[in-house]
Amino acid sequence: MTTAFSAKEITAKIQNKPAGITVLDENTLLAEVLSLKDLLAFLKNTPGLEFDYLADMSATDYWDYFEILYQLVSIKNNHRLNIKTRLNGRGDTVFPSVTDLYKGAELQEREIHDLLGFKFEGHPNLKPIVLWEGFKGYPLRKDYLE
Amino acid sequence: MEEESTGMEINPFDVTDNCGIPESEADRIEGQTIEALMSHSQLTYPDPVKWMEQEGKGSVLLTTLDSVLSWARKSSMWPVVCFPACCAFEFITAEASRFDLSRFGMEIVRASPRQADLMITAGTLTWKMAPQVKRIYEQMAEPKWVIAMGSCAISGGIFASSYSVVPGYNRLFPVDVYVPGCPPRPEALIHGIRMLHEKVAKGTLKKD
Repeated sequence: MTTAFSAKEITAKIQNKPAGITVLDENTLLAEVLSLKDLLAFLKNTPGLEFDYLADMSATDYWDYFEILYQLVSIKNNHRLNIKTRLNGRGDTVFPSVTDLYKGAELQEREIHDLLGFKFEGHPNLKPIVLWEGFKGYPLRKDYLE
Repeated sequence: MEEESTGMEINPFDVTDNCGIPESEADRIEGQTIEALMSHSQLTYPDPVKWMEQEGKGSVLLTTLDSVLSWARKSSMWPVVCFPACCAFEFITAEASRFDLSRFGMEIVRASPRQADLMITAGTLTWKMAPQVKRIYEQMAEPKWVIAMGSCAISGGIFASSYSVVPGYNRLFPVDVYVPGCPPRPEALIHGIRMLHEKVAKGTLKKD
């Protein structure tokens, strides 16, 4: 069985890393958008952690803020961890793309771009995947009306 | 095209397909096709019901020929592959040994619409898929029939008001028999097929 990695243990290991990382619950970290890439790179490359697999990536509209959830799994060490990142307001929603770290995020980011309209900076091919060119609006946003 | 190839960085995702169209252009055409189909499909096609009044019409010779032809048509209906969602499993069950659709001479499901004369639309259809399904229907040779299987095929079902789901296959082409259920049991599908057989039996060679 895959065991959930304690978020507190992780934060203990990244004391000297950039600020903006808080423990949300026992296996979820909340990262600020600016420090997200650094955190993921750290989790991926640090011996003993080695979260080498992005199991899933999902996004939600909570009216006050948008949230993206990254579910990381380490196939080597058999543990997992959730990372969340939030962006307040409903204006310009730009997140960093994690495709350079996790290639599997490419299609997920395209789907989120389709349905919630986020921009992913650094994505190689950000175009519609489940909807079509010319589709108006972002269906999974709370304010979407047909 | 010539300007793009000189000195520009090659985008590995912008592959060229067989027709020589870059992928970005193909996406744009696809979007236009879907939007055009959506605006063209605001109304439903009327159900073909003329056959109901055709009983007892025509000459004796034609009637006899009609009955032979209809018998041949209804005894070996070959469905085309159009199974976008979960109703397909009920169709598979109906095909398999327990319900055994081969009793009606229709155990062969054709992958080519040219060789099929029945479309059993088993599943939810999204607008993105709709142009392809319409093309499959148009590629089928006459005479052809359609069974709308399941709630989604009839009216869009629970997704009827969705942004991406076609609210019923009769937006795209006329439907002969509607089989309700979510999904319908194989018995229901076979009942629908029997009803279609009755309809075909009353068909005629004469043009409408």
